[in-house]
Amino acid sequence: FPGLADVSISQDIPVEGEITVPVGSHSPDEDYSTLDEPVKDTIMRDLKAVGKKFVHVMYPRKSSALLRDWDLWGPLVLCVSLALMLQGGSADSKDDGGPQFAEVFVIIWFGAVVITLNSKLLGGTISFFQSLCVLGYCVMPLTVAMLVCRLVLLAGAGTVSFIIRLVVVGAMFAWSTLASTAFLADSQPPNRKALVVYPIFLFYFVISWMILTFTPQ
Amino acid sequence: QGGGSAVIDMENMDDTSGSSFEDMGEMHQRMKEEEEEEAEGEAGAGEEEDGEFLGMKGLRGQLGRQVADQMWQVGKRQASRAFSLYANIDILRPYFDVEPVQVRARLLESMIPVKMINFPQKIAGELYGPLMLVFTLVAILLHGMKTSDTIIREGTLMGTAIGTCFGYWLGVSSFMYFLAYLCNAQITMVQMLSLLGYGLFGHCVTLFVTYNIHFHSLFYIFWLVVGGLSTLRMVAVLVSRTVGHTQRLILCGTLAALHMLFLLYLHFAYHKVVEGILDTLEGPNMPPFQRVARDIPVVSNAVLNTTAKAIALTL
Repeated sequence: FPGLADVSISQDIPVEGEITVPVGSHSPDEDYSTLDEPVKDTIMRDLKAVGKKFVHVMYPRKSSALLRDWDLWGPLVLCVSLALMLQGGSADSKDDGGPQFAEVFVIIWFGAVVITLNSKLLGGTISFFQSLCVLGYCVMPLTVAMLVCRLVLLAGAGTVSFIIRLVVVGAMFAWSTLASTAFLADSQPPNRKALVVYPIFLFYFVISWMILTFTPQ
Repeated sequence: QGGGSAVIDMENMDDTSGSSFEDMGEMHQRMKEEEEEEAEGEAGAGEEEDGEFLGMKGLRGQLGRQVADQMWQVGKRQASRAFSLYANIDILRPYFDVEPVQVRARLLESMIPVKMINFPQKIAGELYGPLMLVFTLVAILLHGMKTSDTIIREGTLMGTAIGTCFGYWLGVSSFMYFLAYLCNAQITMVQMLSLLGYGLFGHCVTLFVTYNIHFHSLFYIFWLVVGGLSTLRMVAVLVSRTVGHTQRLILCGTLAALHMLFLLYLHFAYHKVVEGILDTLEGPNMPPFQRVARDIPVVSNAVLNTTAKAIALTL
């Protein structure tokens, strides 16, 4: 080792120190350590986040809270409840008319994935899971419409009930499409918004169609 | 690029499409690979320097940090290489590079047959329009299946609709591409997908109208006029890109037959039961689709039918 030949350590330089590498500033660390808090706090925090997003969908303003902290709890709950309500009344194979649970589930998630891929391919700046989150949360008006339809169908299945259901489902479909467009279209180049809005329109149209043509046994 | 080869690669010579999206995709991929190579070169040089540096400064506690850093870099590079190899949607990005005005123009153009068949016509290799048209056809088919009370035993309505439409688009495109390869036609796979996809616009319009207004004569008129126009357009474009009478005949005959027959199939397979006709035809045989009457709103269909009948009578 020719380079080390003239290295000499004098006696007053202490050869000691810390082997551990500092990970970063410790002062805000206590806030990020969530392992020690009680379970109720964790659940309440997640529930509050989900509830805040529901409010954002009901009153669609251009806020980025829905996009920044995405989560898929809300879409899962909405999808499961919609699929349960849309299930055909009887499991009898003779009258197997209603869409099955798996079919609704697959349509919603497959449709959301396709729309996300489409918006990414068109040059969108939104990430995959953020887009899934927005599309899933905007199914909420249609779930409400399904609930209303079921209640109306309890009273009877005539022309009047069909018109009521048509109006309700139509209004909720427009609300869903507008809400998701308000969040998703901003991430696109301005002259291509129509290209992103059309698949969203088709997606919610198919779900609305399934809701409108549902009849219990 | 193919210097000294006696076989001329038609795909590379095909620049009649105007803006060659395939070349843009290739260039993009090549540029990315060059960037990655440069980045690797720099990282490699940096590592070597740090390695030598390490020999002199090992006692300062940077050893741990260097090793962790190196492992992170190697891991990240491996993961990003695997990701870019298998999940690269950037390959498809050039095919989605369209404006809404262009899509609308192409939709309308797909119904107008070109007259000039001696000069190869432009086909835009774009996949957004065809993909959206296939999904629209799926939605329309779903509507048709619901209003015709079709009940599918082994499978789901949605699965059948998606399978039919995507199967037609991808399958017939591949088959026509194979035939075009045999008949020496100048067309690439993406262009074939795009051409057939835009040809489905006529199908969408026809089925949208005839699933709601149930008249056999109306359907036949739409089939001939609308289906015929879109078929003529596709046929004309293909003829302009093929040389030789036999080859033109094979290609165009096959495409015309498949396209028109598909529309016929879509209408009749999910047709609403018209009173009296099926009763006389059925007899003791059970049809493959069990039609059980459901509480579908009959009112809207009846209103539409009577309105159409009244208009037809007054005309």
